[in-house]
Amino acid sequence: MKILVCISQVPDTSTKIILKDNNTAINNQGTTWIINPYDEWYALIKALELKESGIATEVHLVTVGKADVEPVIRKALALGGDEAIRIDADSTDSYQTASYIADYARSVGYELVLCGKESIDYNNGTTGTMIAELLDADYIGFATHIQTEGNTVIVQREIEGGEETDSCSLPAVVSCQKGVAEARIPNMRGIMAARTRPLKVIIPTEVVAVTTILSYELPPAKAGIRLINPDNMDELVELLHTEAKVI
Amino acid sequence: MAVIVLVEHTEGNIKKKSFEAVQYAANIAQKTGTGVTAVVLGTVAEAEMTALGQYGAQKVLHVADARLDELHARAYASALMTAIQKEDSKVIVTLHDINGRAVAPRLAVKLKAGLVAGALSYPDMANGFVIKKAVFSGKAFAFVNITSDVKVISVMPNTFPLQSIDGKATIEKLEVTFGDKDFGIKVKEVNKVKGEVSLADAELVVSGGRGMKGPENWGLIEDLAKEMGAATACSRPVADADWRPHHEHVGQTGGTIRPNLYVAVGISGAIQHLAGVNGSKTIVVINKDPEAPFFKAANYGVIGDAMEVLPRLTEAVKRFKETHK
Ligand SMILES: Cc1cc2nc3c(=O)[nH]c(=O)nc-3n(C[C@H](O)[C@H](O)[C@H](O)COP(=O)(O)OP(=O)(O)OC[C@H]3O[C@@H](n4cnc5c(N)ncnc54)[C@H](O)[C@@H]3O)c2cc1C
Ligand SMILES: Nc1ncnc2c1ncn2[C@@H]1O[C@H](COP(=O)(O)O)[C@@H](O)[C@H]1O
Repeated sequence: MKILVCISQVPDTSTKIILKDNNTAINNQGTTWIINPYDEWYALIKALELKESGIATEVHLVTVGKADVEPVIRKALALGGDEAIRIDADSTDSYQTASYIADYARSVGYELVLCGKESIDYNNGTTGTMIAELLDADYIGFATHIQTEGNTVIVQREIEGGEETDSCSLPAVVSCQKGVAEARIPNMRGIMAARTRPLKVIIPTEVVAVTTILSYELPPAKAGIRLINPDNMDELVELLHTEAKVI
Repeated sequence: MAVIVLVEHTEGNIKKKSFEAVQYAANIAQKTGTGVTAVVLGTVAEAEMTALGQYGAQKVLHVADARLDELHARAYASALMTAIQKEDSKVIVTLHDINGRAVAPRLAVKLKAGLVAGALSYPDMANGFVIKKAVFSGKAFAFVNITSDVKVISVMPNTFPLQSIDGKATIEKLEVTFGDKDFGIKVKEVNKVKGEVSLADAELVVSGGRGMKGPENWGLIEDLAKEMGAATACSRPVADADWRPHHEHVGQTGGTIRPNLYVAVGISGAIQHLAGVNGSKTIVVINKDPEAPFFKAANYGVIGDAMEVLPRLTEAVKRFKETHK
């Protein structure tokens, strides 16, 4: 079984967002870039586990981005994976990203495509489903546990107020979250080995985006906290009722 | 040209957040001089569907196929495509929840339509079709313009307050020819936490962090939650230490919630935790350290020991309920 893992580059979780150009762009000066946590900790590691247990024959990593994302995809390769593919495009929406990944995936033929449940930059959680639609494949989202049995993938996934176990036949796309695997730390051997693993660059056939971001806004600062004496919880409840109107 | 909206239900009861989605669709319909057609899939009683009129739907297209009681995203998409063709629709609305995220992107691809995932505002049509959404886990908002002819919007639950009107929707049966792959996913087992309020939909949430010291103290959190009718949540280290089940973990790597009230007890307020809860309308922080960063993000704060404050708060809620029956 060949597995494709979708890797997205995102700003480090503690990055402070600063706007520029009249609020039409994000100032990325000084931003530390990381692998989207869901892609790294869960999707990628699960793919590696499937390879280590002999179920997967090959694990490929794919990212859509310009040359500046290469350090991050190298970091991903240091954890494992047989090769990485960078699709050379500056993608502006999920539709473009998914189209590029699906076009590439179709040309190779992967049984399983793993992605993260969402990217922590644009918080869409839509790319995986779109890839599935483009590949005419099933999609199971928000996986917390993944196993395969022959040509079937069995996935435990989050539902409202609980979990459910689903199965479908391959090829399929599964989006991963906590539970799927245990995060790992890259070691020196991995980092050295990653240098020799191929990083292919593909020029895609252009797909036109269907959305554009016109501007950004930062959330308004909280209007100042109101401190309540710990001996006066009746006051807190009263305020939640009359002022905040939440109870 | 009606605006199409996908309606979700649990065992035949239409979810409150779907009323929000219908109302959202009605706002667009009103601005564009069209109507709202709600699509209901699976087993739902007529009275339930007629009531969608109270939130602005004129018509319900009902696909009465019991297989649709469970999420089959591809079958849902097929049903919606049939409805979209029938109504010649240009705008399609779903929820931005687990089900919506499995369906809306499929529709967007089928229709080559732009999708705004997690709408926080009605579209501004003065200059395009611009919708606000949260990005960078709530640290900023983006104004997204959909440039395609057809538009798909998934609406963030618990964002648009409901206002009911007088109205009844008419119900029509919709026949759908499903594709052979539409029911490819087999549901083997469902484990729902019974009797508790589901965290994703909860309007009130009480959440505990490492400051609760250990699982043996969670009775204090549960008592307050029970008294308030709230769901319970926790910080990541708490779930990692197995003090609480994983589905309660909120934050960057856990769930994202937007309740009306989030009560954070013994949680420091790390940025990764805030990412999951900063959409909450009101935040109460209980922490013994006045320097805890969470106080900066809170509306109300109590500086004190959770073990003492929690029982007092629970009692105060009890008293409040007695006087406000
Ligand atoms: C990439 C990444 C992703 C992460 N994702 C998440 C996530 O999704 N969710 C998440 O929660 N964290 C996440 N974290 C971890 C996060 O950075 C914090 O470490 C974590 O939120 C801290 O949890 P806590 O507030 O429960 O514990 P602590 O930071 O240990 O805070 C405990 C608090 O309790 C207070 N306290 C102690 N005793 C009492 C008492 N008796 N009464 C009242 N208050 C008391 C203390 O003053 C302190 O403020 C992530 C970290 C990283 C690096
Ligand atoms: N530029 C990208 N390159 C590769 N994979 C991506 C990219 N953007 C998103 N993905 C994948 O799609 C998932 C969901 O992203 P999103 O739909 O943007 O929230 C991510 O967790 C990644 O696995």
